[in-house]
Amino acid sequence: MGSSQNIPVAGILLAAVTFVALLMLGTDLVIAAAVLTVWVGSLLVAAGRPPEPAKPKTRPRLTLESISDLVEHSSIPLLITDRNTIALANRAARKMLGPHVVGQDARVALRQPEAISLLGESHQGEAIVRGLVRRGDIWQISRQTIDERLAMLEFINQTAEADISRAHTDFVANASHELRTPLAAILGYVETLQEDDGSIDTPVAKKFLGIIEREAKRMQALVSDLMSLSRVEAEKHDLPTTRIDLASLVERAARDAAGPQRGDRLAIALDAEPVVLGDLQQLEQVVRNLVDNALKYGAAEGTVQVMLDLAQGDLARIAVTDEGEGIAPEQIPHLTRRFYRTDPGRSRASGGTGLGLAIVKHIVERHRGRLDITSELGKGTRVVVRLPLAEADPPEPAPLPEGEAEGPVAEQTEQLS
Amino acid sequence: MAEHTVKAFDEDITRLRGLIAEMGGLAEVAIAESLDALVRGDEVLAEQVVARDKRIDALETEVDKLAVRIIALRAPMADDLREVIAALKIGGVLERIGDYSKGIAKRVGMIEGRARFEPLTLLPTMGELAGEMVHDVLTAYAARDPDLAREVIATDAKVDGFYNSIFRNLVSYMVENPSTISSAAQLLFVARNIERIGDHATNVAEMVHFAATGVYPPEGDR
Repeated sequence: MGSSQNIPVAGILLAAVTFVALLMLGTDLVIAAAVLTVWVGSLLVAAGRPPEPAKPKTRPRLTLESISDLVEHSSIPLLITDRNTIALANRAARKMLGPHVVGQDARVALRQPEAISLLGESHQGEAIVRGLVRRGDIWQISRQTIDERLAMLEFINQTAEADISRAHTDFVANASHELRTPLAAILGYVETLQEDDGSIDTPVAKKFLGIIEREAKRMQALVSDLMSLSRVEAEKHDLPTTRIDLASLVERAARDAAGPQRGDRLAIALDAEPVVLGDLQQLEQVVRNLVDNALKYGAAEGTVQVMLDLAQGDLARIAVTDEGEGIAPEQIPHLTRRFYRTDPGRSRASGGTGLGLAIVKHIVERHRGRLDITSELGKGTRVVVRLPLAEADPPEPAPLPEGEAEGPVAEQTEQLS
Repeated sequence: MAEHTVKAFDEDITRLRGLIAEMGGLAEVAIAESLDALVRGDEVLAEQVVARDKRIDALETEVDKLAVRIIALRAPMADDLREVIAALKIGGVLERIGDYSKGIAKRVGMIEGRARFEPLTLLPTMGELAGEMVHDVLTAYAARDPDLAREVIATDAKVDGFYNSIFRNLVSYMVENPSTISSAAQLLFVARNIERIGDHATNVAEMVHFAATGVYPPEGDR
């Protein structure tokens, strides 16, 4: 630090002025000089001293009370241990381990060997402990020393994460299984045809090729379903923004799903022309999947009704009803699970991937809509999708005539496929 | 519990309870891992269980020494005395539970053709139940909670029920498949060990009840 800054210039100047004033008043030179010397000297002595430490700057010691105030309302369970005794447990920790642990040996609360070995460590450490509070839960415990006596134990619940990662593994296993099944059939028939030594005649070979084609198509459908599912999941937080005229979309997608052979089983009733904000391809997929399901799993010659109307004033309602055998009530909650099938054999035979309703659910969720499935055994199933209407913007386009609306949209459908 | 004038006494009791909890934790893990090893045929894990039992034995010695020291130096009275006596006895019981788990782990290598054994699917469930009893009784000990202790005592009937059905199951299995008798007999011992673990957990629960209230739980619960 520059000592020049410490020289009290003002003080010295004042002393000099006083000296001159004393001389002018006729004081003896010796006395005046003595006064000046003492004055300036004392000023310099005072300035030369190191600046007085303003206050002893000791950090306020962390007391248990102050720590308690800090951690009490944390949602993470925290324990403060004094040597190996639990000095403090915040509210979350008392809820998790029981209020009795305060004042006890930390081993009473932790008990598991991995957790106890953590207590013996001198500094920081972490341990993953299973079954700490109840069976099957997983906690990550980390220990931080505060000072030579106190240490903090932090508990992080990893159970949910383990569940998610298990669900992920299950999904990958399911998807691989679904892909392997058609592949095995394809490989088997290809092998048979390759090893043919003239015993397979043309009709049989054609039959085999037909099976190979069917299985390959099923794989194709599965892969494209998986891709759209992952795309929908990736986008599920972005609200779609395109204004879509549902009436033409529903009609087009329903006809598309039915195809020429099943077209006469459709009964389409468009009672409104709602406009929603949505993603065109995804909403088409919703209608296609629902109509396809209804045609596939409904009674062979039964009619499938597709209705579009308004519900509760501000919702567009698409309802697809079939005349099939219905779905048992206990199965309805599982229908939108990936790869869930009420009747695996029949679903495979008709080329289902087990992903249709899962995709529908995700798309409807992305559009902030609702999906309801009601079913009566022996009568049929009704799937209702409700979508919020787009706000009536001032420049609301007049509903286009059917023909004009279909033109550009049909193009987009082709790009999709 | 009220604090004592002699602070070292509190520290001793706290340490004693800590030691019991540590033993209990080891015993809990031993039950779970020995059954895991049995079902999967994992002999490495079984060896670990056997090796870890030494730690339980060492802790029991430590509990004994500390309890005797407390009695000799502090002459505890009333609930303190009950606490120390209970710790002494619980330590012995937990050591036995550890031994039963060790016994299960030692039989892992003696079972052949494990995939076909139907009782092998029942044993883990029974073991889980017994493990839960041990877990709960230790929680009851830590919390000095006589109600939880009584719940543990009530659970023992379920473990006994499991034992009876596994026993019948195994005997009929042995009659039908005489070639598997040696493996099935080993499983009988395993089931027996689990049943004993349940009984011992019940004993601990009674001691916890006694230490907390000064009376043993009413006979009807047992």
